[in-house]
Amino acid sequence: MVDALTPVLSDLWDADRPWTLETYRDAGGYSALDKAFGMEPSAIVEMVKDSGLRGRGGAGFPTGMKWGFIPQDPDKPGGDKPKYLVVNADESEPGTCKDIPLMMANPHVLVEGVIISAFAIRAEHAFIYVRGEVLHVVRRLQRAVQEAYLAGHLGTDIHGTGYNLELTVHAGAGAYICGEETALLDSLEGRRGQPRLRPPFPAVAGLYAAPTVINNVETIASVVPVVRNGPEWFGSMGTEKSKGMTLYSLSGHVAKPGQYEAPLGVTLRELLDIAGGVREGHELKFWTPGGSSTPILTGEHLDVPLDYEAVGEAGSMLGTKALQIFDETTCVVRAVLRWTEFYKHESCGKCTPCREGTWWLVQVLARLERGEGTENDLEVLLDQCDNILGRAFCALGDGATSPITSSIQYFREEYLQHLTEGGCPFDPAASTLFAKEGATA
Amino acid sequence: MSTDAVEKSELVTLTIDDVEVSVPKGTLVIRAAEQIGVQIPRFCDHPLLEPVGACRQCLVEVLDAGNGRGMPKPPASCTLAVADGMVVRTQATSKVADKAQQGTMEFLLINHPLDCPMCDKGGECPLQNQAMSNGRGESRYIEEKRTYPKPINISTQVLLDRERCVLCARCTRFSEQIAGDPFIEMIERGALQQVGIYENEPFDSYFSGNTIQVCPVGALTSSSYRFRSRPFDLVSTPSVGEHDACGSAIRVDHRRGKVMRRLSGNDPEVNEEWITDKDRFAFTYAQSGDRIETPLVRDEESGELRPASWPAAFAVAARGLAAAGERGGVGVLTGGRLTAEDAYAYSKFARVALDTNDIDFRARPHTPEEAGFLAALVAGRGLGVEYADLEGASSVLLVGLEPEDEAGTIFLRLRKAARASGRKPVLSIAPFTSPGLRKMHGTLVRTAPGDEPRALDETELDRDAVILVGERVAEVPGGLTAAARLAARTGARMAWVPRRAGDRGALDAGCLPQLLPGGRLVDDAAARVDIGTVWGATVPSAPGRDGAAILAAAAAGELGGLVVAGVDPVDLADPRAGAALDAAGFLVSLELRESAVTERADVVFPVAPAVNKAGTFVNWEGRPRPFETVMPEPAALPDLRVLAGIAEEMGPGLGFRTVQEARTEMAEIGEWDGERATFPGRSEASEAETSAAAGPSGLASSALTPDPATTATDAPASSASSVSGSAVQAVLASWKQMVDDGRMQDGDPAYKGTARKPVLLVSAAMLERLGVPEGALVELTGTVGSVVLPAKVADLPDGVCWTATNSGGVNLARDVGVHTGSVVRLEGGPA
Repeated sequence: MVDALTPVLSDLWDADRPWTLETYRDAGGYSALDKAFGMEPSAIVEMVKDSGLRGRGGAGFPTGMKWGFIPQDPDKPGGDKPKYLVVNADESEPGTCKDIPLMMANPHVLVEGVIISAFAIRAEHAFIYVRGEVLHVVRRLQRAVQEAYLAGHLGTDIHGTGYNLELTVHAGAGAYICGEETALLDSLEGRRGQPRLRPPFPAVAGLYAAPTVINNVETIASVVPVVRNGPEWFGSMGTEKSKGMTLYSLSGHVAKPGQYEAPLGVTLRELLDIAGGVREGHELKFWTPGGSSTPILTGEHLDVPLDYEAVGEAGSMLGTKALQIFDETTCVVRAVLRWTEFYKHESCGKCTPCREGTWWLVQVLARLERGEGTENDLEVLLDQCDNILGRAFCALGDGATSPITSSIQYFREEYLQHLTEGGCPFDPAASTLFAKEGATA
Repeated sequence: MSTDAVEKSELVTLTIDDVEVSVPKGTLVIRAAEQIGVQIPRFCDHPLLEPVGACRQCLVEVLDAGNGRGMPKPPASCTLAVADGMVVRTQATSKVADKAQQGTMEFLLINHPLDCPMCDKGGECPLQNQAMSNGRGESRYIEEKRTYPKPINISTQVLLDRERCVLCARCTRFSEQIAGDPFIEMIERGALQQVGIYENEPFDSYFSGNTIQVCPVGALTSSSYRFRSRPFDLVSTPSVGEHDACGSAIRVDHRRGKVMRRLSGNDPEVNEEWITDKDRFAFTYAQSGDRIETPLVRDEESGELRPASWPAAFAVAARGLAAAGERGGVGVLTGGRLTAEDAYAYSKFARVALDTNDIDFRARPHTPEEAGFLAALVAGRGLGVEYADLEGASSVLLVGLEPEDEAGTIFLRLRKAARASGRKPVLSIAPFTSPGLRKMHGTLVRTAPGDEPRALDETELDRDAVILVGERVAEVPGGLTAAARLAARTGARMAWVPRRAGDRGALDAGCLPQLLPGGRLVDDAAARVDIGTVWGATVPSAPGRDGAAILAAAAAGELGGLVVAGVDPVDLADPRAGAALDAAGFLVSLELRESAVTERADVVFPVAPAVNKAGTFVNWEGRPRPFETVMPEPAALPDLRVLAGIAEEMGPGLGFRTVQEARTEMAEIGEWDGERATFPGRSEASEAETSAAAGPSGLASSALTPDPATTATDAPASSASSVSGSAVQAVLASWKQMVDDGRMQDGDPAYKGTARKPVLLVSAAMLERLGVPEGALVELTGTVGSVVLPAKVADLPDGVCWTATNSGGVNLARDVGVHTGSVVRLEGGPA
């Protein structure tokens, strides 16, 4: 079963001081750079297109296609402006924890990916917008960028090619909304982070109203092995439409939580086998395939291939592949309330449905958890969700509804149990990781 | 231009609620729906603000986006541009759209207080109205509402009740996009998002009241109207702003004989939907305690003014004026508050009843050069440069005009033009980069007072440019000549922008010694006959005196009497104007409130403020802006009715007694196609001609020439030198700020509180010579007094300082004895 793993981005993580340039270079790091510099920028875009690499930030948009939207013809709108590459490293979704370990363990693969990607879209300034709360990661990134500058991988006339690139590491202030790409751009420009109206799309008018590519950390890092090993190699992993390897983050009630790099299409059952299964003495109750914004799934979905298509067919989204495992000690109402409180706290306030809707959802859920209310409150909840989903300005509001609608779909009885029993039937301590062996609900 | 026109007329056809409609390309669906009579509910949407799509109230269902595919989520119609073949369903025909809208409305109301019965907005509230039309009857929200301590003072005038706010961001977008005063901004996030102020900066805007008007709920209110009235108790009347020459459309709301508030009207050709705070809030002057209520006649024995009946006052005035006419004639001085009809009455009264051409409307420093300029290039010319032209011009050159202070609507248009064009079309010949110029993205042509002619001569413009000449240019010898020369040289169009609402109308009515109505010349026998035929009288042909000469003649005892209306002697250049009034044999004053003129007058007639009469203001474009009576007040007569009463006692009368009759007669006179005055700058003027018109003789011929010792006209600004220690000499530049001590702004402390703090601007080098840090107090001394002001650095030419003309209780002419161009003494004091 260990064979299911395909460590590529995580290959070096167990090396000695893997975050240093020395370790990275000894393992062949920055060799893809010269290969890329030997190609036409447009050929790199084609290569990434051919590889089938899709955005690892959650939406799964084909990366090469996104790069292709950047106007390179000076006569096209935006074509005469400078181009920018922005790396979205503002990882802050509950459950999602792949980019931060990646940047912590091997920041250089991201830096190399940035250089290749910026070269491909003809950008001469790139930014990494990293969540400021993860100070250790910010420092490692800054050091890696400094090392890259000193080694001549960044700056002017890189590797004698005449290509210039500046790379700026920007620490965000920790607002979840700044992970939304246009809010990120506003924040990066020094404004208050709130999503922008589209169109214009960032590919035409993004950062400083210039054409901008915004990609997730893992996406940009994945460009390095694509270039190094070729698109065919990359496409040999994964499924027909979801190619390549990716980082699956297992957390929660699992024996060995952590990052598991495997080809797209692996199942949770396979991953759980590698990770030692659900915590000892318990069984799977529900799980998220890609962070709290993706509708929850249950034990019946253990064999769903974890790729973009199959998870979608199962009624959820692959998202960030943040597999949060909850066993039978967990109260679903309580878990959903905590997530909803997060969305309420992080709603930026720009649009009505998200701002007011999340405020209201929390109050109804809190009542239900206390056992106050009627079955009709579930209908009100579902109706509120219906009035938020697809009505909000950006995807934050949509994401806030996912845990509620999916949990009522699978666990309506448990909600009602709160009402009939006049409160939560679970022992909250039993779901904690420090709970005594054998504790039950 | 022609391709633009083609593009603009390109139509897109779509189907909304099964009705096919064709609208210009780029139209938003929410407005296309209005074309078929469907109003989609909205809050954040405003046609003059950039779309934001924040409130999500205007969601619609799109079955076909024009590409054969529907849209999976209901989009906001306020951010969705039409496309050919698009199929849209609004709440009228779509359950999805209707439910989406009801859902958003329910969300908006969960945290909105149910205080409609005591909210100022109740009864005219878009939230209230749309909650009724597009919301559910009963709320499902049983939890606690979000509350805040209330209210927050955004300025002395604007208050914010945060719990009522629906966070549509109209106010913040107005401030940022339209006014350019972004001192309010959204802060915090989620349901705690709120409109906040920038702690270190006040909401220092001359346009702040517009945020109250665009607020779709009762979150923003004004100190002056808050809790005063209910919308359904008010009588609303369209009118025109009387505070400047912009001619802004306003709406006056009154109740039981009292104006409660004023709002912006909607006139896309003039002020769009915005007005200045002055037009909005400065109306209490007409309700002040010092209104003159009855005619007053000076008692011959006691020397006191005593109330008199209208017929008695008419008789005394007529007798006195007739006698004064015998004694050397009567001069007529009118001010800027007059309507065109009233000005016409004065013009006719002077010629017909007083048999004189001694009339001048310019209640401010003026010169014969200016009179010549106005007679030749402005009077009776009709609609010239328009607001829309400001947006289309290749560049707009301002000279002697600070639009943010002196013509707010022009300021907003120029800012709009700059923002829309992405260029920097505005140029300003001015002493420093004012906040207004910065907000218009304008370029400074740094010019010391008196240097404007040179700056004009050195300016290059193309034929599509516009020159806006402020009335202050008249204070610079040769300034107007140079402006006319520039227009002639470049082919650029030119417009004259006075400060006061009635000036252009008075000019067109012939309230200048050499002019008759419609730009006809007194010197022109044909014009005199033309007017005389309508008037049924002989128009005097003797040359008239201008305002300065009239006062000089009065002071010299050469005039038998004066008729003065709407003039404050302090506004005149001559500090001896008051004495001249005293020396006038017989003084008739037509005035609203007690003034320096009424206290000297032999007969005082109360006249109606704009709110109590009909009239017309001709704005700077030359566009007539007629308005009708807002509140009839039988005891308040318009000037023209008073003049008619006097004239009837003196002889045959004026031939009209009402505004309507005056309008009929003015229409009868019509436009003039005969001879016009010429002005040197317009022809290929030789240097000699130019300097003759522009030289000191321009001012020397005026009795109002300031004492040469205090004038810098022949001393270059840079030669002003340090006199001793921390005292330096400087040339003064100055103008009136929008919110200042003008008498028509009396009575609203909350409004007055939004005035800018008085400040003395100097160059960095001068501050150094003064030996004080920025912010320290500096004493400015003139001929009659001094004023102490905090110093601030601006990009002024060295040797020039600036301070406001009539702010903070100090009137520079009255209290310091200085005006633009004067050399003043500055001395740094303790910090």
